Amino acid sequence: MSTYTLNVNGEVRSLELDADTPLLWALRDTLGLVGTKYGCGLGQCGACTVHLDGVATRACVLPVSAIGQQKVTTIEGLDPRHQHPLQRAWQELDVPQCGYCQAGQIMSACALLKQHPAPTDAQIDEAMAGNLCRCATYMRIRKGIHRAAELAAAEGKPA
Amino acid sequence: MSHAPTSPARRSFLRQGAAGGALLIGMSAQGVLAAGAPAPASGADFVPNAFIRIARDGRVTLISKQPEIGQGIKTSLPMVIAEELDVDWNDVRVVQGDLDLQAYGSQGAGGSSSTPNNYENFRRLGATARALLVQAAAQAWKVAPGACTTDAGAVLHPPSKRRLAYGALVDAAARLPLPDAAAVALKDPASFKLLGRRIGGVDNAAIVSGQPLFGIDVQLPGMLHAQYVKCPVFGGAPLRANLDAIRALPGVKDAFIVKGTDNLNGLRPGVAIVASSTWAAIRARRALQVEWDEGGGARHSWADFGAQARAAARQPGTTMLRRDGDVEGALKSAARTVEAAYSYPFISHASMEPQNCTAWIKPDGALELWAPTQNPNAGQALVSATCGIPREKITLHILRSGGGFGRRLSSDFIVEATAIAQQMKDKAPVKLTWTREDDLQHDHFRPGGFHFLRGGLDAQGRAVAWHNHFVTFANRVTQDGKSTLRNGSGGSLSPDEFPGRWLANCQLEQTALECSVPMGPWRAPGSCVFAWVFHSFIDELAHAGGRDPLAFRLELLGDRDLMAPSVERGQPYDVARMRAVLQTAADKAGWGKKTFPRGQGQGIAFHFSHRGYVAQVAEVTVSKDGQLKVDRVVVASDIGPTIINLSGAENQVEGSVIDGLSTLMFPALDIEGGRITQSNFHDYPLLRIGDAPAKIEMHFVKSDQPVTGLGEPPLPPLAPAVCNAIFAATGKRVRELPLSKVDLSWR
Repeated sequence: MSTYTLNVNGEVRSLELDADTPLLWALRDTLGLVGTKYGCGLGQCGACTVHLDGVATRACVLPVSAIGQQKVTTIEGLDPRHQHPLQRAWQELDVPQCGYCQAGQIMSACALLKQHPAPTDAQIDEAMAGNLCRCATYMRIRKGIHRAAELAAAEGKPA
Repeated sequence: MSHAPTSPARRSFLRQGAAGGALLIGMSAQGVLAAGAPAPASGADFVPNAFIRIARDGRVTLISKQPEIGQGIKTSLPMVIAEELDVDWNDVRVVQGDLDLQAYGSQGAGGSSSTPNNYENFRRLGATARALLVQAAAQAWKVAPGACTTDAGAVLHPPSKRRLAYGALVDAAARLPLPDAAAVALKDPASFKLLGRRIGGVDNAAIVSGQPLFGIDVQLPGMLHAQYVKCPVFGGAPLRANLDAIRALPGVKDAFIVKGTDNLNGLRPGVAIVASSTWAAIRARRALQVEWDEGGGARHSWADFGAQARAAARQPGTTMLRRDGDVEGALKSAARTVEAAYSYPFISHASMEPQNCTAWIKPDGALELWAPTQNPNAGQALVSATCGIPREKITLHILRSGGGFGRRLSSDFIVEATAIAQQMKDKAPVKLTWTREDDLQHDHFRPGGFHFLRGGLDAQGRAVAWHNHFVTFANRVTQDGKSTLRNGSGGSLSPDEFPGRWLANCQLEQTALECSVPMGPWRAPGSCVFAWVFHSFIDELAHAGGRDPLAFRLELLGDRDLMAPSVERGQPYDVARMRAVLQTAADKAGWGKKTFPRGQGQGIAFHFSHRGYVAQVAEVTVSKDGQLKVDRVVVASDIGPTIINLSGAENQVEGSVIDGLSTLMFPALDIEGGRITQSNFHDYPLLRIGDAPAKIEMHFVKSDQPVTGLGEPPLPPLAPAVCNAIFAATGKRVRELPLSKVDLSWR
């Protein structure tokens, strides 16, 4: 066990963990931030997507020892009032079915919108290819990203 | 009205509920109408039944009794109450009920049955409460109740323009005797304000902000984390393991063998590792060495199953399901005959949330469970029978499920968590989390299957004979003390499955191969594959006779409006409803009015399942090198006169269509040496966003039939519609799944 100092959602936390502990389990079991989901443990499904200095990253295959000073953002910290354009668009269009993968979908979509504020369907399909949705809400994920882009543009703020 | 369970008013409700027998629809109805108020002390609220609570400030709390697995029931059934209660949906809070059959009636999410079994009764629950509130206001105003109306959580008296909010009527309404539920007036559906609208899921805010919600999110003080390792060969058991070495690893609290039972769908034998965190348990598991007794299951392989099936097809089936007319004679005299073999593999449910359950044995021996389950009552029963805990000592909290698809109708993960918690010396709560590998390799799988079909056509291209020998799978089980074979869920063909009953010469036979692969219901069990086989073969017959696939199907359905069941538990088939959805799908898709270049085409199919009638037309493009793109799917569904939540309904149709497409294109499990060779999403691919259809168009055909569910009926027609479109585009007939194994290239 070693001590790791992590910046998660703007809070600095010291955690006693084994070096190989994936960030996913540090978030879920140690910090109680369960919005980041376990789906495969291999970086195949995207349910565990978080941001590392704003870049979409799979937390299930990222050991805490590899994080260093990089800032971790989870779904809980995406927006202080949970009113990120994606979070509003997802509710407006009723995107979720079971909802389990949606935190990861939103985190991946957010990284896409930072790069492409008004993405095409092809850009969406490419950027979201790493996120499985077993309920197959893909039609609404596409619509939800377009809608979030609209909301962000109308408000003059980057998503 | 007092709110204690023994209040006179409640007793009277119970009496009326029991007397209103004519209202009872389905198994769950009795409990719903007889429902009494739950015990929680809240003297200030109006609690007319177990599902409704109205506070003085007008806020309304509604209980959702059914498990939420992504089908949207936690939103839609409370909407039914809210409609008849006439409250503003924004004032409604929905709370998930625990397992409590006495309070709520049947609780389970399966067979697309939650809506048909509860719709009428939930209307009456809301209407009864509304009638009391109206009566309370009428008494206060000294006017006739009939002169009052309601709107958005208030009673109105239009002649005097008076208005009283429900919250202000709480005390007065609570003192009134309950009316006869059977006599309470229901709204005219034409006046519905809420039903039929698009309403977002009640948990959406929690979902998009990552709040704890799902079974796997449960956190309790002092909770430990478990892994449970079963023999990779089904039916195997651990002989010994390096338990001492495991116990010495960091974070590990205990490791032990669970003897288990021989029930393939129950507590299978295994090795438990309990640790301070999920990761500590997974890490320790990597060092686990087990000597297994693999049992007889090790001889199974998919290749061998195929050989057994082909051998079986040369013999008569072990069960004759249907024998109408003279199939052999009709085939002999037919102008044309077609013969084809279809097969599909075992597949997994692969819900995104792996199986998990938290179990806590209290010092007095009581058990508290938190389970993402579709079938809480069966879970409690299995735990009680297997672990020796009386049912009255088991509390089961129903957690939101990260996908169900039928997987969570099984309760193996619940009984495993309990068996592990029973071993904890300090009575700590234990959360068992399956890994993805556990989930994929120890599913209760959709059975694979083989169909050997022959069909005959007359000189005009009309179908005159149909013969199917279905080779399926069965497990050996002990029933009433006797050893017997039980077909896997979805692995039995009904003699009434279309086109059984429609053809004068029809022979359906079935043979089950014994195996120890655990099987369970997978979204639209049976239908999810039978529709593909039968509507592909119907298409083969249509083309062999030079007929238009739509015209051929309409002719096959015939002119009668209703086909009565021919077996005791069979379903009547409303042919008129099927013709209507088939024609609607064809019309909306422009069937027969479009010309496609080679490599593009349309396909059509229909299927009746779970009381729903659905037809689909698919348009596809197949590139010369065999890449499939589904350009458009047109879906026509008839699930009755009312769509409760249009947004939820559209979600279910889109989800079913893409789930059907995913299952057609990608997943297959190989069985070698009695074990599943795939382990995770890298070798068990599912459809990703880029393969989703460009367009899905949905049409709801309204009929004067009871409202029914939509979680399953739109799935079965997708695969045959797409495969028939592939044939139209390329001339290639798909007879084996998944498509990823089929060469679709053309020149």
